[in-house]
Amino acid sequence: MIELRGVTYRYAGATRDALRDVSLSVGPRQFHAVLGPNGSGKTTLVRVALGALVSSSGTAQIDGKSARDWSRQDLARVIGVVPQREDNLFPQRVRETVLLGRYPHLTLWGAERTQDQEAVDRALRACDAAHLSDRWLWTLSGGEYQRVRLARALAQEPQLLVLDEPAMSLDLKHQMELFELVRGLVDRQGLGVLMITHDLNLAARFADSLLLLAEGRPVAAGAPAHVLTQETVQTVFAWPVAMQTIDGRPQMIPLRKREESRA
Amino acid sequence: MRWTLLIVFAIVALLASVVMGPAAVPLSELLHSDIVWNLRVPRALLALLVGGSLGVAGAGLQALVRNPLADPFLLGLSGGAGLGAVLAIALHVSGPWALPIAAFVGALAALGLVYRLGLIGGAALDPRILLLGGVAIGAFAAAVTTAIVSLADAAELRNAFLWLWGGLSGASWDTVLIIAVYAPIPLVVLFAASRPLDLLALGEESAGYLGADVERVKRRVYLAASLLTAAAVAVSGVIGFVGLVVPHIARLTWGHRHRVLLPAAFLGGGALLAFSDTLARTVVAPRELPVGVVTALIGVPVFALLLRRWT
Repeated sequence: MIELRGVTYRYAGATRDALRDVSLSVGPRQFHAVLGPNGSGKTTLVRVALGALVSSSGTAQIDGKSARDWSRQDLARVIGVVPQREDNLFPQRVRETVLLGRYPHLTLWGAERTQDQEAVDRALRACDAAHLSDRWLWTLSGGEYQRVRLARALAQEPQLLVLDEPAMSLDLKHQMELFELVRGLVDRQGLGVLMITHDLNLAARFADSLLLLAEGRPVAAGAPAHVLTQETVQTVFAWPVAMQTIDGRPQMIPLRKREESRA
Repeated sequence: MRWTLLIVFAIVALLASVVMGPAAVPLSELLHSDIVWNLRVPRALLALLVGGSLGVAGAGLQALVRNPLADPFLLGLSGGAGLGAVLAIALHVSGPWALPIAAFVGALAALGLVYRLGLIGGAALDPRILLLGGVAIGAFAAAVTTAIVSLADAAELRNAFLWLWGGLSGASWDTVLIIAVYAPIPLVVLFAASRPLDLLALGEESAGYLGADVERVKRRVYLAASLLTAAAVAVSGVIGFVGLVVPHIARLTWGHRHRVLLPAAFLGGGALLAFSDTLARTVVAPRELPVGVVTALIGVPVFALLLRRWT
């Protein structure tokens, strides 16, 4: 599906590359997480991968075709994206907003068909949001709102999901539920997932493969146990940490500065 | 139910504007009267077309510039049209179509300037700059207009001002035909953009990821809405509130899906203008109120009532 090879990108007027020589490959039934400190190029990576930005060198392909050459409508049929932020200019109900996910499948003048309504129902059920259908968006809690946005991406019936910080500002239970939900979509529906996240521990617990970026450069990539070593994490995030293993996955515990000097 | 009410209102408004007027025409002679056929019927039809165009243009522009206060005239077109009309009179351009054509050209010039300003940041049209550029170009055109007025013979310019605020008194079968041929093109462009406009409410990035060709939609909506407004201002001057209030009333009643909203805004705008024009002609007959006064007097209270549904 998504295939990045040696991608370098620099914003106009910037003094350093936002991305430098990054490669990444995400296919079906794979859960990839991209990690890194603020400003390390995670969101830029996604924009290049989706053809919203054009890399200055290297290639970004989707299904073997340059990401830039995809029409936005064709692309929206195979990849569903949940960006970090979005606006709501007008008040909307949950079902209406999920129905917007059907746009890439509709014709110019044609009305929504039964199959579109069914896709919306399926997406809402898959995200445990069917009971929210008639609620106004502004009445939702943060966790419910993220599930609804995920449902809209699923209503596109994509083969791959791109999620930018989907669990940010959610509490523990809603974070875990969201990651369980995404993992379930990968295992049960065979979707590919590319997720940007700040949460090293959840990424290590749920993802198949990690890519760690620092200042636009790939620091480490591969299985969580391979990427998240104490040394790498301490260097990239510039903070002392201890590592433990749970269920065979590395888990990071940040240390106080004092404890480090004691150790 | 909502649609039935709207359609009944539109029919009543059109019938009233044909039946009522300063000259008493008995109902039995309605079908044979020159006043009815050559004045009232074209005037009613023009009100429907112009009001409908303003309603649709306003709804589209509000979604495009992401500002519920956007009005078709906010983007500099009224200033450009006014300047065009005043210039035509100051330069003694004569002929029955001189004023409408000059106003249309002025509006197009403002449209072109604002559009160029909107592209100032690069290849992407920036709706925020469209809004600011529209206000700036409008103010500039108004300043030039005032300068011309203060330097020229005031009496001959009274025509231009009256005409700009003059509403639908210039209606004839010719103007109806011209608008009836012209307006459907931008209207169809706007209706075709209904779903992308829904997506645009989520922001440009989200709209693109959901499959909308954001740049193309922005350009088409801006150009189509502005071309509608330019024609409206050329045949009937600046009629306020229809393009601002009607889209809001339609949103509050029909929701935010443009596939439903735009047709409702067309019918609602047309009916409101036809109704207002009838009142403007008859309430203080034989004198006439500017129709914009009446649209504001009717539209704002209705709007205020509907606002309660938002709370």
